[in-house]
Amino acid sequence: MSATMVGAPAPFRRFVGRHLAWVGMPALLILALAFTALIHPEFGSFDVQSLALGALPLAMAAAAQAVVVLSGGIDLSVGSLMAVSNVLAASTMQHASFTQSLLLAALILIAGALQGAANGIIVVISRIPDVVVTLTTGFIWGGVALLILEKPGGGAPPEFLDLAAGNLLSPWLPNALILLVVAVALIWLPVRRSRLGLLIYAVGSDRIAAFRSGVGIDSTRILAYIVGGLFSALGGLALTMTTGIGAPLAGTYYTLSSVAAIVIGGVRLTGGRGGMVGPVIAAVLLTLIPTDLIFLNIDPNYGQVIQGTLIVFVVMIGGFVAVLQSRK
Amino acid sequence: MSGPASALSQGRTMSVRGVLALLRRHTIIVLILLLIVFVLGIELARPGTVNATWLSNALLFAAPLGILAAGQTLVMLTGGIDLSVAAIATGAAYILATSASLGSAAAVALGLSIGIVVGFINGIGIAVLGVQPLVMTLGTGLMTGGILTVYSQQMLASEPRVPDFIQALGAGKMFGVIPIDLFLWAPLAFLMIFGLARSGFGRLLYAVGDNREACKLAGVRVWQVLLADYILCGLFAAIAGLVLVGGTNAADLSLADVYLLPSVAAVIIGGTSIFGGRGGYAGSIVGALILTVLTSILTLLDAPEPIKQILYGAIILLLAAAYARLTD
Repeated sequence: MSATMVGAPAPFRRFVGRHLAWVGMPALLILALAFTALIHPEFGSFDVQSLALGALPLAMAAAAQAVVVLSGGIDLSVGSLMAVSNVLAASTMQHASFTQSLLLAALILIAGALQGAANGIIVVISRIPDVVVTLTTGFIWGGVALLILEKPGGGAPPEFLDLAAGNLLSPWLPNALILLVVAVALIWLPVRRSRLGLLIYAVGSDRIAAFRSGVGIDSTRILAYIVGGLFSALGGLALTMTTGIGAPLAGTYYTLSSVAAIVIGGVRLTGGRGGMVGPVIAAVLLTLIPTDLIFLNIDPNYGQVIQGTLIVFVVMIGGFVAVLQSRK
Repeated sequence: MSGPASALSQGRTMSVRGVLALLRRHTIIVLILLLIVFVLGIELARPGTVNATWLSNALLFAAPLGILAAGQTLVMLTGGIDLSVAAIATGAAYILATSASLGSAAAVALGLSIGIVVGFINGIGIAVLGVQPLVMTLGTGLMTGGILTVYSQQMLASEPRVPDFIQALGAGKMFGVIPIDLFLWAPLAFLMIFGLARSGFGRLLYAVGDNREACKLAGVRVWQVLLADYILCGLFAAIAGLVLVGGTNAADLSLADVYLLPSVAAVIIGGTSIFGGRGGYAGSIVGALILTVLTSILTLLDAPEPIKQILYGAIILLLAAAYARLTD
């Protein structure tokens, strides 16, 4: 990245370097959208809507993963948590009114936070590494999702689905996009601006230093998992709004893709560095790939290959840059 | 364990402490005792279940997990993890089945080459570029899975077929009791245990896992050790995939998915530290056997599948947590 900016004036370079997610990711997104419009000249408001709708669940998953990774953990149960809230929503809202389903959604968010709390508490108490705990709890939550709804089914009132699927203000500004921005801002901004946000970054970047400064490591990590659980539950609700049904196995895709999104979105995997804008935009980019493949008449199944290759390339280039820098 | 201890007199408590200390030093005894308790539990719950056929079936089913766990043990000893083993195993099985028309030897060679190639990519990223093993192997796993999906769509015309001798390897029994895959697993286990304890490469794995910087300072080419380590892990995963597909005689794209968690869990329960430098393959073998017997117990429970899944995950967490407490 630094090589391309050699000619730029120093203050500009510093600004871009500090706010890479704010500058680079939107630029990348605009490029990708321009490319899409180029290969698919009919690109219109409908495509914007379906892109925003399609990206919503993954963006939430990415947000969930980002919070946990920033605190120095990793959550491989994101997909299963989403599945649980997805099937909870679809099985309880089927015959509910709009108001009731909003109430149910609130309860499901609380359930998501509790599930996140369970993940965090197990990580802290058991002293087993995060990877192993969340890999296992992911298995357990997957079982819970299957227990709630054995086969894909259920539903939700159309007004509830329209929270994401409709477009209230303008066809070019789909509800899904508004919902995404509002939800992430409502949850993340207060956390980021408060003491908790500072603690999450502190614990994520250097656990021992944070401990010596009197930070409650365990409580911070649990809180990060709780915020993650909240985002995962939102992701499950988003999945319900996008698909209209509940599917106990629908979440599995999102665990790996959420990691892909945060890696591409510039969150450091060892914790403490990164933000929320990068991962969320990366989620939109990742959703755009299969769409573009269809426009290019390529098997959309290549989407997964590209996602995997992207992760591998991004981290390998990151590693390569680090190796070069250490040689200097 | 504290229950009986408190009932004993002061002098006897000392010997109980001695026993505890002994168990701490030789945790494998605890694991074997646990395995025996599990088997006895089955026999008590359903008298007559445990016989020669049951034992031979348990060994038959444990072999692929045991071989996967061998690779996982190798990378965990260096403080790594390989989350691409399930995709590799599935890939090896699928390539074998779809290229059976080329002749068995070629099909097996192609299948195993998947493991070597993915292992090599993992190794380059982790060993040379210093990428975190978790995200590197997650990415290559996603990549491998995606390539398989694309490949399978182009392979619809030719029907996958599992060669006879692979079926014999994965499902056959000699004299009706000795599972044939044991003839693969046992030498491999011997090589693993002997190699880890006595060979230079084996000792280097422990050394690198214990203190990478010290190894570098001592002149060890750490990157070569790690590269070889991940290639071996990939190769073992591919071998496990071949044994698996021999057992099921049906190569599908989710063949080994369910083995990812057990492959990690068997190693953790078996006492290998995920932070590296501590553990060994003997524990992983017992871990794999415990998990296989656990599956057998859950099958006997006759509970619905989701309940089994939840119990399986919960018991893994309990065992791993208990282990972490015992050795702390």
